[in-house]
Amino acid sequence: MSYFGDIYRGIKTLLTGMSVTGKYFLHSRKGAITQQYPDNRDTLKMFDRFRGEVVMPHNENNEHRCTGCQKCELACPNGSIEIIWDRQIDPESGKKKKMIDQHIYHLGMCTMCGLCIEACPTDAILWAQNFENSVYNRAYLTKVLNKPGSKLMPGVEE
Amino acid sequence: MDTTTIKSNFKSEEYFINMGPQHPATHGVLRLLLTIDGEIIKKVEPDLGYIHRSIEKMCERDSYQQIVHLTDRMDYLSSHINNEAVCLTVENALQLEIPERVKVIRTILGELTRLASHQLWWGVMGMDVGALTTYFYGFRDRELINDIFEETCGARLTMNYNIPGGLMFDIHPNFVQRTKDFITHFKTKLPEYDRLLTGNVIFQKRMKGVGILSKEDAISFGASGPVGRGSGYSCDVRKHHPYSAYNQVTFNEVLKTEGDSLARYQVRIEEMWESMAIIEQLIDNIPEGEYKVATNAVIKLPKGEFYQKVETARGELGVYINSTGTKNPYRLKFRSPGFSNLSLLNHIAVGGKIGDLVASMATLDLVIPDIDR
Ligand code: SF4
Ligand code: SF4
Repeated sequence: MSYFGDIYRGIKTLLTGMSVTGKYFLHSRKGAITQQYPDNRDTLKMFDRFRGEVVMPHNENNEHRCTGCQKCELACPNGSIEIIWDRQIDPESGKKKKMIDQHIYHLGMCTMCGLCIEACPTDAILWAQNFENSVYNRAYLTKVLNKPGSKLMPGVEE
Repeated sequence: MDTTTIKSNFKSEEYFINMGPQHPATHGVLRLLLTIDGEIIKKVEPDLGYIHRSIEKMCERDSYQQIVHLTDRMDYLSSHINNEAVCLTVENALQLEIPERVKVIRTILGELTRLASHQLWWGVMGMDVGALTTYFYGFRDRELINDIFEETCGARLTMNYNIPGGLMFDIHPNFVQRTKDFITHFKTKLPEYDRLLTGNVIFQKRMKGVGILSKEDAISFGASGPVGRGSGYSCDVRKHHPYSAYNQVTFNEVLKTEGDSLARYQVRIEEMWESMAIIEQLIDNIPEGEYKVATNAVIKLPKGEFYQKVETARGELGVYINSTGTKNPYRLKFRSPGFSNLSLLNHIAVGGKIGDLVASMATLDLVIPDIDR
């Protein structure tokens, strides 16, 4: 008897489960959370705080806010940031001042921890929301964040 | 030939097979050396080391702010709680007074993490025992929590949102509303989990009486979290040693006495209800105030030993710091829940079938990078 009872209970619970799946089968569009990527690439917007990669914004005069203080380099746990700097003559004051030559960022070594951005006293670096970071060659993941010929924005002090 | 002669013509002996390191049921790179006789398991030997990254050694090199982000990579499904554990240890050592706001936010995030982790566990556990649909349902609901995290913390898995002294930045203005929406949504979905899987006869037959762990063994193997509580061992750190805002909320510690796979399963399902209850008590009255207290740019702990334990989604995570007064720890040790829970696998699997091993392993909810740091 319990043999048939088991079959009966089995079918009953199977149907209970199928009532759940059947509901979603019939209303598959309702409440779907699947992103239709890459078809929705044009409309896809990441959240503002999303950590995609570290960038250094420049204004229209090709000026950035990085003073070369190296705090980000020190804060980084993985050595993903290298600052190459030298002392150049500041055109305003005529004195020698620490300036960055290259702000090198190794995206391939970055763990997206955000400590560099927290550490920067002048908000020179920020998160970009770009997440399509795959490239054909590993060397492309090493980026120079300051644009060629860029200067320090006047008035930015450490 | 009669059957006895056939039988005597076959040689029967124990042999050994590898399960993993690339087996879908081990959820990561865990290698199990199985000694089996037919389909009966004689011995299970876990072999670790495939994802060892020497996190503890790296911690000795890093500053206390940098250590936090490494713990994301241990039990990646409980990253908020892991971060919190390190931060609490450092804050206790520095005797920092943490604002109430931070405590409440940390608790909410911790419970959301637990929910997300249990959802994922439910999905993959169903898949391990042959119900593929659960996988998609679990991930569907977890996605909403991931969105909450992404909006507030900027990341979906490796958060690094807690810092020694508080939080990296304040919560997003949408955080409260999104969390409330999620709770309303998930309250309608969690009963579906029960209807789809828990009540199913096939599932029950695979779970009931499989992988039995007695309370005494749970204690002597150092089991914690839902594994310990499924055996009736009251081991919830949130209850016994409250940290953050857990002393302000009321919730039940879910205990089951059967000690089999089904009990561990039910503990986790009921814990999801408790987590939602905790969030509901806190979400409407997050106190105003600072989201962090200032610390020195270079944190130096006083000389001595410091220990803090927290309850992750898998059990008790302990952080032990031995400091000599410099900016790095002299020694940092993590007591990870997964390691002790894995150690009892041999005990509960011997004598069972291979299919039972998969079922009991699924309810242990192992995360291999947590075991193999
Ligand atoms: S996000 Fe973290 S790992 Fe990446 S560059 Fe900044 S400090 Fe280094
Ligand atoms: S990016 Fe910021 S922290 Fe890094 S060197 Fe420039 S100013 Fe200093």
